[in-house]
Amino acid sequence: MTDNVLSWMTFFPVAGMVVVLLLPHDRHSLIRWVSALATLPPLLLAIWLYANFDRTSSGLQFVEKAPWIPTYNIQYFIGVDGISISMVLLTALLSFLCIFASWGIDKGVKGYFALFLLLDTGMMGVFVALDFFLFYIFWEVMLLPMYFLIGIWGGPRREYAAIKFFLYTLFGSVLMLLAILALYFASEPHTFDMTQLIAQSGKYGTSALAMWPFDRWGWGFQHVVWMALFIGFAIKIPAFPFHTWLPDAHVEAPTAISVILAGVLLKMGTYGILRINYPMLPAATADLAYYFLGALGTWNIIYGALCAMAQKDLKKLVAYSSVSHMGYVMLGMASFTPQGINGAVLQMFNHGTITGMLFLLVGVIYDRAHHRDIDGFGGLAAIMPVYTGVTAVAFFASMGLPGLSGFISEVLVLLGAWQKYVILSILGASGVILIAGYLLWTIQRVYLGPVNEKYKSLPEINGRELFTLVPLGIIVIILGVYPHAILDLLRSSLDQLNQIVIPHLS
Amino acid sequence: MDLGNLESLKFFYPEIVLSGTILLLILFDLFIRNKRWLGLMAFLGCILSLVTTFQLYGMSPGWLFHHMIILDNFSLFFKVVSLLAALLVVWMSLGCREIREIHQGEYYTILLTSALGMFFMASSSNLLMAYLSLELVSITSYILTGFLPHNRRSTEAALKYLIYGGVASGTMIYGMSWIFGMTGSLDYARISEALFQGQTNHLALFMAFIFILAGFGYKIVFVPFHMWSPDVYQGAPTPITAFLSVGSNAAGTAILMRFFFPAVSRLGEGGDWLFISGVEWPHFLLMVSMVTMTLGNLCALNQQNLKRLLAYSGIAHAGYILMGLVVLNNDGLKAMLFYIVVYLIMNLGAFLVVVIVANETGKEEIGDYRGLAWRGAAIPAVCMAIFLFSLTGLPPLAGFVGKFFLFAAVIKQGFYLLAVVGIINSVISLYYYAGVVKTMFLDFPEPTDPQVTMTANTSALLGVLSTLTVLFGIYWGPLVHSLH
Repeated sequence: MTDNVLSWMTFFPVAGMVVVLLLPHDRHSLIRWVSALATLPPLLLAIWLYANFDRTSSGLQFVEKAPWIPTYNIQYFIGVDGISISMVLLTALLSFLCIFASWGIDKGVKGYFALFLLLDTGMMGVFVALDFFLFYIFWEVMLLPMYFLIGIWGGPRREYAAIKFFLYTLFGSVLMLLAILALYFASEPHTFDMTQLIAQSGKYGTSALAMWPFDRWGWGFQHVVWMALFIGFAIKIPAFPFHTWLPDAHVEAPTAISVILAGVLLKMGTYGILRINYPMLPAATADLAYYFLGALGTWNIIYGALCAMAQKDLKKLVAYSSVSHMGYVMLGMASFTPQGINGAVLQMFNHGTITGMLFLLVGVIYDRAHHRDIDGFGGLAAIMPVYTGVTAVAFFASMGLPGLSGFISEVLVLLGAWQKYVILSILGASGVILIAGYLLWTIQRVYLGPVNEKYKSLPEINGRELFTLVPLGIIVIILGVYPHAILDLLRSSLDQLNQIVIPHLS
Repeated sequence: MDLGNLESLKFFYPEIVLSGTILLLILFDLFIRNKRWLGLMAFLGCILSLVTTFQLYGMSPGWLFHHMIILDNFSLFFKVVSLLAALLVVWMSLGCREIREIHQGEYYTILLTSALGMFFMASSSNLLMAYLSLELVSITSYILTGFLPHNRRSTEAALKYLIYGGVASGTMIYGMSWIFGMTGSLDYARISEALFQGQTNHLALFMAFIFILAGFGYKIVFVPFHMWSPDVYQGAPTPITAFLSVGSNAAGTAILMRFFFPAVSRLGEGGDWLFISGVEWPHFLLMVSMVTMTLGNLCALNQQNLKRLLAYSGIAHAGYILMGLVVLNNDGLKAMLFYIVVYLIMNLGAFLVVVIVANETGKEEIGDYRGLAWRGAAIPAVCMAIFLFSLTGLPPLAGFVGKFFLFAAVIKQGFYLLAVVGIINSVISLYYYAGVVKTMFLDFPEPTDPQVTMTANTSALLGVLSTLTVLFGIYWGPLVHSLH
């Protein structure tokens, strides 16, 4: 089993899906437990992977390779390195916890858990795939379950949100498909193997194409491909102006799906840029990402925070805070400094855990009060003290309070960015004030103040809900004190990645 | 190999078997009471013909009947496609209530005759033969379209089809007469010789080709010869719609490629086709392809009737298939052939679900699919979702692989604009395909909506088609290999 640990992690949930499909549809609790059992082995294997990952190596580890469609040089090629390991861990953890967060689903239980497990496989596959074709397949496999999970089990405007999510992401991914094909034909011999495509990165032309409008912009083949890939990934991040699907999808999706969406799916955008754009198209990255990506990230920070401040719906607030936090990832990535890029990937992991907590917490209160209106509560701290305590940890972590994980990654990002873009760093740092502003204001309105008589008898958070929240809370605290638990995994690969791009920066 | 009439018969078994089945069907129709046996007979005839076709595979190419018919793997491939279409449609008809209420003897006879016509369309190497085969397919299609008695839509569709078809084939034969006038021959090989050496007037040649394209384009359903298809698709009995959507399209593509390849082009180095200079084929086809897919998709967005929606989606798919022709090389050709096979599977699957639902409800409006998944028909609904998403081109389904090859061929030759238009169209098409899926899954049924159940027969066919759609999406190596 240890020989192909990644395959097991990827395909175990799908095996679980098959079992779930064979179960009778009215055995609800059996289906739930089978699903939990299907996501447990990936989590255990993730822990094993964490223990056995070689922190000194910058290369790929746990590699598996087999021909799939030899005629077109398509392989089944998976593995992890520092860029993906943290995401693999995060996916395994959140998938397992979200099964428990979905316990309350009572409509179409069988379909829900079957789709959830398929989604799990798709997510894991994206992070481990090293063949471009395989990557694309996994990338698209996630779309369908997500569409149905939002569309069937979502809130009142679920249909609109689901199709909007679907159309946006499909548009991005077909652009990516064209880029994949272009790279395939540019490589010699034609290949989808990412490592080979990276090795041949010098071959992709950078001189301006004789095609309007690229001749006017001085864009070469590399730049066009870079932009096609970037738009595909930017939609997923979601970077301004492609972010509008996110608040809708988040608000309408059931709690567990919001967690997955914010915790894992958004990371695929930045992960894709790091995994593909940076090493495969380094010259174009240097030309296009420098400043542009940093500025876009800063804009995301400020814009997301301002939008969050204006929200009346608690879940929408958290959704916009994701837009804001993903801005730090982009800013850090664009700095091309060791601190910035390590901070960016750490921020991806931290945002996954923190926002996961936030969405779970919103779910807890929504299950009880059946609304999420920020102004409709008040004094919850007196009614639900434990719940409020956990919320405080998550909110303060999101705010970037020292001692909690969000602080470390944001500081690293700003440290890295300061070396390249002083103004952007100042703006990005002041975003922290905005974030603190809306979060504190929310705490004040929802948890403090006079008790709202209507909710006097709300039950305290229960054991199952605590079970989903506490592990994340512990990770948030540990990483706030000892960030090297994750940083050690990333460093060597990310430094090497940085070295690929830096020579091209003029 | 260039054989005369009698020697040719040895290589003509598929056609002979099919003709024999047709004659037997007419004969048995007089005596047999239980008409279901006729369907089974037609089914067996198709299988037998399929077996004989496979026996001919891999033979060295040659001409039969004094250069009238060409026998090569290309024509055999299209015979297999036509037979598969006929076979699956006969199977579908066996489980279709609409068909059970009409004259089945004639129905199966004409259906197989139409398949026979498609055989000739794929293998004719002479303009006259091409014209005759096209007319054979057309006339049988008119009859099949109008096969529902006392149904206004069906009759109207047949009439409309007939008028459009008449104009198109008249234009085509006029164009053929120009070609004959310029080259002095109807035989593709001689036409090619004459065109490549002679000082032909390019404008005249171009006009002649445009006229001929009217006939072919009307079969393939590309813009602007598409007007008949929505009405015909909606009016015809559903199995016939399915048959026309895949069979007519495939045979039209076959005859077009046949005409393009030996008659007006030669195989150059590296699998590229050399064309008679003076006519900008790639750009012309590029425009047709882009307009066809865009118009088809845009018109499909607002359709309320599922068959009509599939008609417009069929137009869009004709545009996708044409993308393979734009590049004018063997990569494009292979991509087209592959796409035709997967399109056959997924489109027939979609129509099969239409049949299943119509069997119980008698309706074809999208609104009647409301909450289908929660009305005892979870399996057909899931299969329909598979077919529709495959038509959209989402992995890991067969339609994605088909599109992947088409885009690959297009990008390899540097037609980036076409590729971008193609993918934008894929995104547009998602909207209406997902709209159907939304109605089936995301809407909940009213208590008055009838339950939908399947018979063993239809569920078996549904199983076959959906399994193939998924299978070719995950592991398509063998299928591609067989195309080489």
